[in-house]
Amino acid sequence: MLTLSRLRRDQKIETMKIKKNIAISDSGFIFNPSTGDSFSVNPIGLEIIKLLKDEKPAAEIKKHILNLYAIDEATVEKDFYDFLKMLEANKLSAETEKAN
Amino acid sequence: MAKLQYERPLIQKLNTGTMNKFGTRTEYRPHTEIDGAKVEALMKEFGSPLFVISEKTIRDKFNDANRAFKTRYPKVQFAWSYKTNYIAAVCNVYHQLGSWSEVVSGFEYNKALKSGVPGNKIIFNGPDKTVEELKLAIENSSLIHIDHLDELYTIIELTNEIKKRPKVAIRVNMDTGIYPMWDRFGFNYENGQAWDAINKIVLTDKMDLVGLHCHIGTFMLAPSAYGVAAAKLSELALAIRKKYGKTIQYLDMGGGFASKNTLKGSFLPGTDTTPPIDDYAEAITTSILNAGFLEEELPTLYLETGRALIDEAGYLLGTVISNKRLSDGRKATIMDFGVNILFTAFWYDHKITPAQEFSHYTENSVMYGPLCMNIDVVRENVTLPPMKKGDHVVVHTVGAYNMTQWMQFISLRPAVVMVDLQGKAHLIRKRETLSNIDASEEMPGYLKEFKL
Ligand SMILES: Cc1ncc(COP(=O)(O)O)c(C=O)c1O
Repeated sequence: MLTLSRLRRDQKIETMKIKKNIAISDSGFIFNPSTGDSFSVNPIGLEIIKLLKDEKPAAEIKKHILNLYAIDEATVEKDFYDFLKMLEANKLSAETEKAN
Repeated sequence: MAKLQYERPLIQKLNTGTMNKFGTRTEYRPHTEIDGAKVEALMKEFGSPLFVISEKTIRDKFNDANRAFKTRYPKVQFAWSYKTNYIAAVCNVYHQLGSWSEVVSGFEYNKALKSGVPGNKIIFNGPDKTVEELKLAIENSSLIHIDHLDELYTIIELTNEIKKRPKVAIRVNMDTGIYPMWDRFGFNYENGQAWDAINKIVLTDKMDLVGLHCHIGTFMLAPSAYGVAAAKLSELALAIRKKYGKTIQYLDMGGGFASKNTLKGSFLPGTDTTPPIDDYAEAITTSILNAGFLEEELPTLYLETGRALIDEAGYLLGTVISNKRLSDGRKATIMDFGVNILFTAFWYDHKITPAQEFSHYTENSVMYGPLCMNIDVVRENVTLPPMKKGDHVVVHTVGAYNMTQWMQFISLRPAVVMVDLQGKAHLIRKRETLSNIDASEEMPGYLKEFKL
């Protein structure tokens, strides 16, 4: 059973956006100018970040992955949200309050 | 259009300037074969988890150790330390290579006899030998290494009923500059206990004192400690020769050489820090050769090397059950094997590699076993490619102590296979079944029935 706060949190992640000012290189390097941190992402991670930057909704991104890769929906669902949480933890997500 | 191979999306923060304690290893290079046997095929045929022993590695390591000692000293005899791994097929490889047996219990003693090792080629160590076991060992002319005075008195008593002179050695413990000192087993060198035992043995004249034994510790990273131990045992042997005119036939240096595992908490991997076997051989043989023995009275050097010979020959294959994100953001990977069968995870950061090809992207993860307990941690931190449910891993350097100290806890113990020199896998220990466990249980009649 989902608690209310959990539900709110999930909605927040559903509409998560990536910070506008981060730099993305095609080889999978991410640089956050506001913190000076850099990251490496694998190709699928890079693809997701680019789609997020283009403000694509979560449902569309998941569908895109399912179409492109040999994988089941449950795994995509699980891994996608885990990835979003990692972006959030690494302070790469934009303030969702402002986006809403 | 064919779909692309999926990999979990990953993001890893790059730490510039500081050396990543975990990222410098090449652990994540996939390990798909063991001596020509495909890991995937082995798991398909024998299940997961699965222990795999490389016969080639056993032979290579043994031949290398044998060479290191025999090129430095004229009389060397290895005795396979059963407790390290006493699966009969494993023991037989060592026996084929010329190793005797070193045992520490009646169970191990009988296992060696059953495998066909002649009684006079069994070294019987350990503090707990029963009267029956001692009788058998005396009858078989086995080498009985006396651990304490109670055992010595028992043997003296037994010589009244058995008309055979027991062949004995005493286990000596001593200060070799290593802390903590193992003074729990045998007789102490420095405080005169060893002499006390020697005097009793020689003066009662009921048994032959043929050797002196020591085992100064395990996973000893300092070869110099062996140099000290060998010098002290030599000194004792020469003093016995002088005092009683008796020649000590052998010095047994026990086991304890380090394997190439990485001890928990050490910064560098074991492959960089473990001394080569030649360093131990050099320290020991130099001490004995310089001690002052007459050439014709040089004692035979016995070695009971365990982990340094077998550890690298053992692999554990396992499967990912699930991935989790811990509350602090760390990734956790749950495997189908835990500390129940990988006891040495308490001592070592075992090298773990994936068993299938991945991209070169990696992430740090804590690796858990399947037991419902907090202590069930296989690795506190391991760098691996993004693994998903059903993916396979290879745990390296697990040949020593796991297949003897494993627990039948919660689940049944896995099968063990040996890959021969042609790359063919042989089942050498079957996966345990419920009936193996049931067979030793008894049900009191009044508890047979219940209604729920
Ligand atoms: C008497 C004796 N010999 C040999 C060994 C084998 O030691 P290792 O595996 O460290 O070489 C042991 C291990 O505890 C031992 O107690």
